[in-house]
Amino acid sequence: MRLVVPLQGVAQGRGGLLLGSVIPCALFCFLQLYFKRRRSPSDPPPPSTSSSNQPEMTRHSSLSNLLSRGPLRISSLATSIAKPDDSPYYMGLDKASEDPYNRIANPDGVIQLGLSENRLCFDLIEKWTSENLRDWVMGREGGDLSISGIATYQPYDGTMKLKMAMAGFMSRVIGRDVSYEPSQMVLTAGVTPAIETLCFCLADHGNAFLVPTPYYPSFDRDMKWRTGVELIPVHCRSKDDFVLSISVLDQAFNQTRKRETKIRGILLSNPANPVGNLLSREMLEALLKFAEEKNIHIISDEIFAGSIYEEKEFVSIAEVVGSEDVDKNRVHIVYGLSKDLFLPGVRVGMIYSFNENVLAAARKLTRFSSVSAPTQRLLVSMLSDTKFIVEYIQTNKKRIQDMRDLFVAGLEELGIKCTDSRSSLYCWADMRNLIPTYGEKGELELWEKLLNVGKINLTPGSACHCIEPGWFRCCFATLDKEDVHVVMERIRKVVGSRTSCG
Amino acid sequence: MEIKRKNKTQLLSKIATNDRHGENSPYFDGWKAYDNNPFHPTQNPNGVIQMGLAENKLCFDLIKKWIMENPDASICTAGGVDKFKDVAIFQDYHGLKEFREAIAKFMGRVGGNKVTFDASRIVMSSGATGANETIMFCLVNPGDAFLVPSPYYPGKLCRFARDLRWRTGLEIVPVDCKSSNNFRITRAAMEDAYEKAQKWNLNVKGIIIANPSNPLGTTLDIETMRSLVAFVNEKNIHLVCDEIYAATVFDSPRFVSVAEVIQDMDCCNRDLIHIVYSLSKDMGIPGFRVGIVYSFNDDVMLCARKMSSFGLVSSQTQYLLASMLSDDGFVGNFLRESSKRLAKRHYVFTKGLEQVGISCLTSNAGLFFWMDMRLLLKEQSFEGEIELWRVILNEVKLNVSPGSSFQCSEPGWFRVCFANMDDETVEVALNRIRAFVLNRENQESNRSKRCWRKKHLRLSFSSTRLYDETIMSPCMISPHSPLVRAKT
Repeated sequence: MRLVVPLQGVAQGRGGLLLGSVIPCALFCFLQLYFKRRRSPSDPPPPSTSSSNQPEMTRHSSLSNLLSRGPLRISSLATSIAKPDDSPYYMGLDKASEDPYNRIANPDGVIQLGLSENRLCFDLIEKWTSENLRDWVMGREGGDLSISGIATYQPYDGTMKLKMAMAGFMSRVIGRDVSYEPSQMVLTAGVTPAIETLCFCLADHGNAFLVPTPYYPSFDRDMKWRTGVELIPVHCRSKDDFVLSISVLDQAFNQTRKRETKIRGILLSNPANPVGNLLSREMLEALLKFAEEKNIHIISDEIFAGSIYEEKEFVSIAEVVGSEDVDKNRVHIVYGLSKDLFLPGVRVGMIYSFNENVLAAARKLTRFSSVSAPTQRLLVSMLSDTKFIVEYIQTNKKRIQDMRDLFVAGLEELGIKCTDSRSSLYCWADMRNLIPTYGEKGELELWEKLLNVGKINLTPGSACHCIEPGWFRCCFATLDKEDVHVVMERIRKVVGSRTSCG
Repeated sequence: MEIKRKNKTQLLSKIATNDRHGENSPYFDGWKAYDNNPFHPTQNPNGVIQMGLAENKLCFDLIKKWIMENPDASICTAGGVDKFKDVAIFQDYHGLKEFREAIAKFMGRVGGNKVTFDASRIVMSSGATGANETIMFCLVNPGDAFLVPSPYYPGKLCRFARDLRWRTGLEIVPVDCKSSNNFRITRAAMEDAYEKAQKWNLNVKGIIIANPSNPLGTTLDIETMRSLVAFVNEKNIHLVCDEIYAATVFDSPRFVSVAEVIQDMDCCNRDLIHIVYSLSKDMGIPGFRVGIVYSFNDDVMLCARKMSSFGLVSSQTQYLLASMLSDDGFVGNFLRESSKRLAKRHYVFTKGLEQVGISCLTSNAGLFFWMDMRLLLKEQSFEGEIELWRVILNEVKLNVSPGSSFQCSEPGWFRVCFANMDDETVEVALNRIRAFVLNRENQESNRSKRCWRKKHLRLSFSSTRLYDETIMSPCMISPHSPLVRAKT
């Protein structure tokens, strides 16, 4: 303060000072006056020796100190996260959950087509649990999963019993000759922390991952929020059926390098979300070669692997890695039970890696998001019932196919075509002809109309970073068959019925 | 080949390769020793007894009984299956309403019903570990600092520090508390630590306390709580209260939550106050992974809730606990029994140690006590403490936790956990400690006699060489040695 006084005197009483000295002086002056005004005239200097034995003085000075200390700061992260989500993906989800459709209780509610859940076989799971888990908590005395076993601390990365059960389930669900090694698994409380944990292991703050677009909107949150990594979109187009190509990937890689941002890996979804297409074996091999050349990782999100119903084959990257002479250390798979078994509430996700160092790091990090022990017990019982699992997988695939056929046919009647992907719990609908203006603005206008007037929540392509406007993801596996025509009627009300040429 | 190998290591992040997880600290040896040779009363009676893990197994029979008598709560039986669909698909990060209400009610009860907790402020996380980390993500930017009164819980594996620091980039500045006033947190100590942090150019964002304290096992008195609240208000920094041992209080004074303290303090800015809670210690169910963040700051609450996606409590677990904690009769009985059993166990241990001259810090809470082994140190230093710890671990076969792993500023203190074993094991553990203490004292006394004799002989010659040998003699002169008396 003493330093400022002479300058203040100089600045206040003078005119005609050179510009270079006026501005800093003015700034000093402004700051001093500003703080002077904020401080109460009768306030003692900030107490460094005040004792808590003088509550009155403490209270007075604490209040005034509060005023003089400026705004309370929380982390920059919290400040940005606490703001309401303005992405249409989240806004739509919120609206649908606030006013949920129910055929009987709330027939005018919002129909949720924005959540890629699979409710088609839930009746089978309900039946199994009521018949088989009367004593799920108690179990046999002793062992990992007896009652005294589950209450106590478990390995943070999941019990070996559950890992073995998951390994068996994954092999069956994918239906090919791939076996998964339980010791290469790290279990987490859902796929969300699995992806985040992998990011923490593979990338530092400011590093980047290449992600083919369109991609799952929540990656922006799950992967970026707390890790500080960047996601670089690699744009795929409708002329290529939204299939990734190495040349486009290479271009994105080089452009990012020019900005001096370090790329740590590629994040793939296979089956893709939201488009639903599959990566061919040749493409996976090419991607592995690319990753090796550039010395980066590949994360393959295979959470929808069990939703494929056509004869068309799904090839897990685990299979390609197993058979080729490739560097396995850069390959990591993410999986979970939320889609295939439809138990998203119980929170079970998995990192599957061939890299011992990544596994070691991930195991330590899972202390922040481990699977609840009673849930582990429930799932070990369920997944070990081979007969049930085989029947479930077959029935599930059939019902997904039936529902998809019904839904896609309904859209076609309205003149809306979907991409030819024979997998997953959603379809990628081409509504480019229906948006009022060609662009993101036009797409969002249609989305809003569908949500607020039509009362159906779809996911607009822009929320998925799709470079071409007019595409929408429609999740059909949360519907009952009877509701499909309700959906079509509502879409018709909003867009009218057009032929595919009109 | 060399380049390839180098490239491979470079492929991992700094977080994955740094040591902030703390598991490379030498105290990991304690856990290894236990894992390699765990005590069992019949199969391995000479194994290492685990006294380094603060687990609460004393009332597990009550929980088991409740679950058996309430099968519908498990949602997987014929009776409970109606709820199954709603629960199994529920993944909303707000959490089940019944769960939040039950937790709020339980927290209120644990606080003596002096304060009501708002269920809409309850935010989930994956255990207290997840809760601590989440609150730090909400409050600090990398490089910011938090004051932490020592001794504090990094634990043997530096867990607390790991939970707080690892991924958030937080710096910790200890607030030194001394045995001379029973490790109380004083205003002067807080100011000292705050100034120290400023000298180091650290931006202090807040102070985090554990009440009841781990490792001390003491609750904070109301005056200290008020002093803390006043301090943070003056500095305009946050106060995070880790209250995970709240229901382990077994003696007076009663537990006072920070929520109760601020009720009577009009001058307090509530946006500064945050609570971390969990059921892992109070109810002894760490495997369920139930952590709670309760903040009076709306922005922090909103942020923490969104982050809870990274560690939601399984909906099945939420439902089970909602049912259990809503059962008023069960909860009342549980809390009473738990206090009784903890008190008894604490008494047995502390009295048993008193008989061999080992005192403990007077404590009224927690699953452990803070044992004073300063008289048994060969050297009053942290090296002396580690030497003693290794002997206790490798020879006495007890895994206790040395005070230095809790950043205690004075050597010679050890945390001993007592609630994770049955009564027979307690006997064995006590006998081992008693035998060790007596043996050590004898050894000390014999050694000091030998030293005295040696020195006495040496002193009868005046050769320089012998004098040098005396100085360099490895044995420590006992404070009772006549040599010392002669010098003074």
